[in-house]
Amino acid sequence: MSKNWSEELHINAKNYAGFLKEKGYSFFTGVPCSLLGTLIEHFENSPEFQYVPNVREDAALGLATGAYLAGKKACVLMQNSGFGYSLNVLTSLNMIYKIPLLLIISYRGYLGNDAPEHLIMGDKMTKLLEDLDIPTFIPSLETLEKDLERADEVIEKQKVPAVILIREKIFG
Amino acid sequence: MKTRDALAQIIPLLGANPVVCATGHISREVQGVQHRNENFYVIGSMGMCSSIGLGIALSRPEKKVFVIDGDGSVLMNMGNLAVVGALKPKNFIHIVLDNEAYASTGNQKTLSSVVRLDEVARANGYKTVHKLGTDENLKDALQKLLKMEGPTFLLIKVGPDTDKAAPRVKAEPDEITEVFMTAIQ
Repeated sequence: MSKNWSEELHINAKNYAGFLKEKGYSFFTGVPCSLLGTLIEHFENSPEFQYVPNVREDAALGLATGAYLAGKKACVLMQNSGFGYSLNVLTSLNMIYKIPLLLIISYRGYLGNDAPEHLIMGDKMTKLLEDLDIPTFIPSLETLEKDLERADEVIEKQKVPAVILIREKIFG
Repeated sequence: MKTRDALAQIIPLLGANPVVCATGHISREVQGVQHRNENFYVIGSMGMCSSIGLGIALSRPEKKVFVIDGDGSVLMNMGNLAVVGALKPKNFIHIVLDNEAYASTGNQKTLSSVVRLDEVARANGYKTVHKLGTDENLKDALQKLLKMEGPTFLLIKVGPDTDKAAPRVKAEPDEITEVFMTAIQ
């Protein structure tokens, strides 16, 4: 990756963090993915964002749920491998308790172009989300802000978790 | 001492502070002993009560936040002990009622007769860790612990739950959310 390219990813991350802040998100937690690398790096290096490194994706959802109950808008970041760990918490906590969280999930295995461990989840990701009726957005670089706005609107109105799937070359 | 007896001593000391209750018998027993609007009953997502409590504690440092957990639940989300130990919120009080069994599913054994949960909490970095002694008074011990710096971990060994279980949590999950959020505002 060229230096310019890496700089571009950092600029995308910085801008996106700004959009999240504008929407009122103030509590962040998750488990990293290289595709979300610059975004998490930005949270870690900016004192204005509270980012808690977590041990597992389900625990991150639990932590973010607590932050929401205490009055904050909360966001969970994870790789889609961790979406498997998250299923029980999403269905037996967030969805039935009406805990609206923003989930920013990396889309490893998109179009079957990835390491073997990512291929099945990559292939089934959108079907799983659809089966669970979880509102999902898959932004391009151009629609990042617009899709965040739409996800936030669903979250506020329906009090449900919503997912933004992030493909490569946006934040990492 | 059984879960119900322990709760009867603990609950009067909680004031109007938020309390997150573990999945299964513990939520039901807490509701049975004394329902408070500041109780958040976690009916699914076993293990998550301590993560939820931590999220509240980090966001509301002015309140003491209690988690009433069980041994099976701690073992299931043991990773959260590391998150607590790393962040060290002073206002986080983790009480574990340890009956060495999955009471809700028929008292099958957990691993806590062998694994020292209090030592695990200490190794993860909880500031104050105490295992209630067999001849110790629970109320006195908890009152003393509440004056010390958190995060605090209190392990209470309780006898097997052989009595008839308390009724299921009455409120609908979304109602629990609404009532709890209003109560702790």
